[in-house]
Amino acid sequence: MLLDLFYILVFPGFLFLSAFALWAEYFDRLVYARLQNRVGPPWFQPTADFIKLVAKADLVPTAANPTFFRLAPIIALTAVCTAFIYIPLWSTSSLFSFNGDIIVILYLLTIPTLCFFIGGWYSTSLYCRIGAVRTVTQLFAYEIPLFMGLLAPALLANSWSITEIMQFYIDHPWFWAFNLIGLIVSLIALHGKLEKAPFDIPEAETEIVAGGFTEYSGRLLAFLRMTLDIEMIVGASLLAAIFLPFGLQSGPVVGFLVYLVKVLLIVFLFSIARTIFARMRIDQMIAFCWQYVVPLAMVQLLINLILKGIIIR
Amino acid sequence: MSGPEDFKIPLGPQHPALKEPESFSIALKGEKILGVDIRLGYNHRGIEKACESKSYLQAVYLIERICGICSHTHSTCFVQGVEELAGLQVPKRATYIRMIIGELERVHSHLLWLGVAGHEIGFDTLLMYSWRDREVVMDILAMVTGNRVNYGINAIGGVRRDISQEQIKDILAALKTLRERTLYYIEIASKETTIIERLSGVGILLPADAIKLNAVGPTARASGVDIDIRRDDPYAAYSEVEFKVITDNHNDVYGRTVVRMKELLESYNIIEQALAKLPEGPIAVRAPRKVPAGEVLSRYEAPRGEDLHYIKANGTEFPERVKVRAPTLANVQAVKKMLEDRYLADLPIVVAAIDPCFSCTDRLIEVKDLDQGETKILDWQKLQQLSIKYNQQRGLDFTAAGKRLQRLMEK
Repeated sequence: MLLDLFYILVFPGFLFLSAFALWAEYFDRLVYARLQNRVGPPWFQPTADFIKLVAKADLVPTAANPTFFRLAPIIALTAVCTAFIYIPLWSTSSLFSFNGDIIVILYLLTIPTLCFFIGGWYSTSLYCRIGAVRTVTQLFAYEIPLFMGLLAPALLANSWSITEIMQFYIDHPWFWAFNLIGLIVSLIALHGKLEKAPFDIPEAETEIVAGGFTEYSGRLLAFLRMTLDIEMIVGASLLAAIFLPFGLQSGPVVGFLVYLVKVLLIVFLFSIARTIFARMRIDQMIAFCWQYVVPLAMVQLLINLILKGIIIR
Repeated sequence: MSGPEDFKIPLGPQHPALKEPESFSIALKGEKILGVDIRLGYNHRGIEKACESKSYLQAVYLIERICGICSHTHSTCFVQGVEELAGLQVPKRATYIRMIIGELERVHSHLLWLGVAGHEIGFDTLLMYSWRDREVVMDILAMVTGNRVNYGINAIGGVRRDISQEQIKDILAALKTLRERTLYYIEIASKETTIIERLSGVGILLPADAIKLNAVGPTARASGVDIDIRRDDPYAAYSEVEFKVITDNHNDVYGRTVVRMKELLESYNIIEQALAKLPEGPIAVRAPRKVPAGEVLSRYEAPRGEDLHYIKANGTEFPERVKVRAPTLANVQAVKKMLEDRYLADLPIVVAAIDPCFSCTDRLIEVKDLDQGETKILDWQKLQQLSIKYNQQRGLDFTAAGKRLQRLMEK
């Protein structure tokens, strides 16, 4: 019981997750800065930002609905933290696993987006409302390719449990190579979920200030930013667990290092994408997702169905 | 949404997309722009009026501070007008130096614009790169004139600093770097998909509209209107160098980007020619303090378009009237046309594409109370009465004391 609590709260649970998320934000900002010919922040900058924001006063606009305005960031943070304990990190087993946990994780990862919408909408500021509507509009563009991309490997492994999926890819080495299209699709979709450039349309600074986050300040803003950081780690861990089943049987120490490398590689890819693209318009983003990303995801599904029908049997 | 009045979002006077105070009130339907209401007048400084109480030489330095980016533009335009009124023959070398500084200023302005445009479309990498390269030309300007933005090199009758042989060498080396970087940006602009997607077809201004709405500079030239004061009405030494006037037929923001980038290359050519031909001789002639009565209209091709100064002299040391029409005032009308049937996401880049400089263009003549719909002009007396009333409401009444003072004074 006590050990379980330690696992959930300290390692590899919330404390480790928060520290890793803040460090990953630093890594992301450093890579972004170096690619742009800048020096970049010191290593403690995201942590310092977080502490500073937590210490500041929370201002709730008089026109806003205080309940929803306060609840949205907390629920968003809770959801992403909960999702993390179902993801296997350096072995095939997670803290808690059951058949169908991959669906639960995807569900939990959708909650922050809805919370951003609710928080933005109930702020009642005009910029927030436009940002909130954009958040949901964007959800329809990336959510379906993300589900299709992540569930295709599960289809091949014939299981809805991440542990079993990972075991399948360990038993069938080189099968991960069939899922490369799915990996690309999921990376693009996750990038859209994290609202990073070129998909940072809901918080486009030069158009709508900070989108749904405009009215947030203090602790609530710190929670929202933390949510995005943790969502990046959870999403990257999920992708690493499903698409990159390497180094899982070489013991906890090596496995842990391999896990860090995998997650940072995905974060690095995100930083590069952030550097080299201009922000899209919302109509361009939706057209891009439905014209290119969804058909790619369908191709992946088709490949896995054919493989399942011919080779596995 | 029931009507266009229901959903109006304010962009400015304070907004991350705008570097200067300026108000755009946008009626929106979803993401689509139904109408734009542009209001100037948040940054009026009364420079025209202030010039009337300054001598011509003092006015040069005040005029130079109209704009932080095209400061040389305004001072040259003013100085040329005064010289024409006074009948001064400016030495050849001075006109060449003015032209070189003017072109260096165009280079720094266009590189600055490129970065701002990148930021407006969410492409901060372009901002970081082009502003880094802008430092090269800023350093050159600081070396030649002593200052980074308000160069202070113009004087009535010539220029205040000469260009030495070592400086010429440094400028030529810097131009080499800049040309390389500019070619790289042109390559990026013609290949990078997201940039092209965001810029082409956005902010269309057809040639007929450009002429009708009086657009000037790169905004007009990107709509295929072939105007350039440097060629049409040569000043300084522009009649002695060869250059092309860049026009483009895209009519959109992409065209404006292309025009500016190609103009950079032309500017490098002009500077190189001018440095090669730089004539020997003095750099200034003595200017009289008093300027004979008369009036003059001076034109100058600023980085943003045609700059216009009108000066009226009455034979004293002080100008009787100075009037400035900065290029942004000519271009800002076209923004409304460009935004027809566009999306909210296009607004920042369309506004930025005319390279607006609101403090140059600002003129405040009225205070508008939008809630009550009334317009009022506050002069000195009315402001004083307003202040007395305001203080009386808060229990501060100086009227009695004031009257007593007046009575004492009369005795």
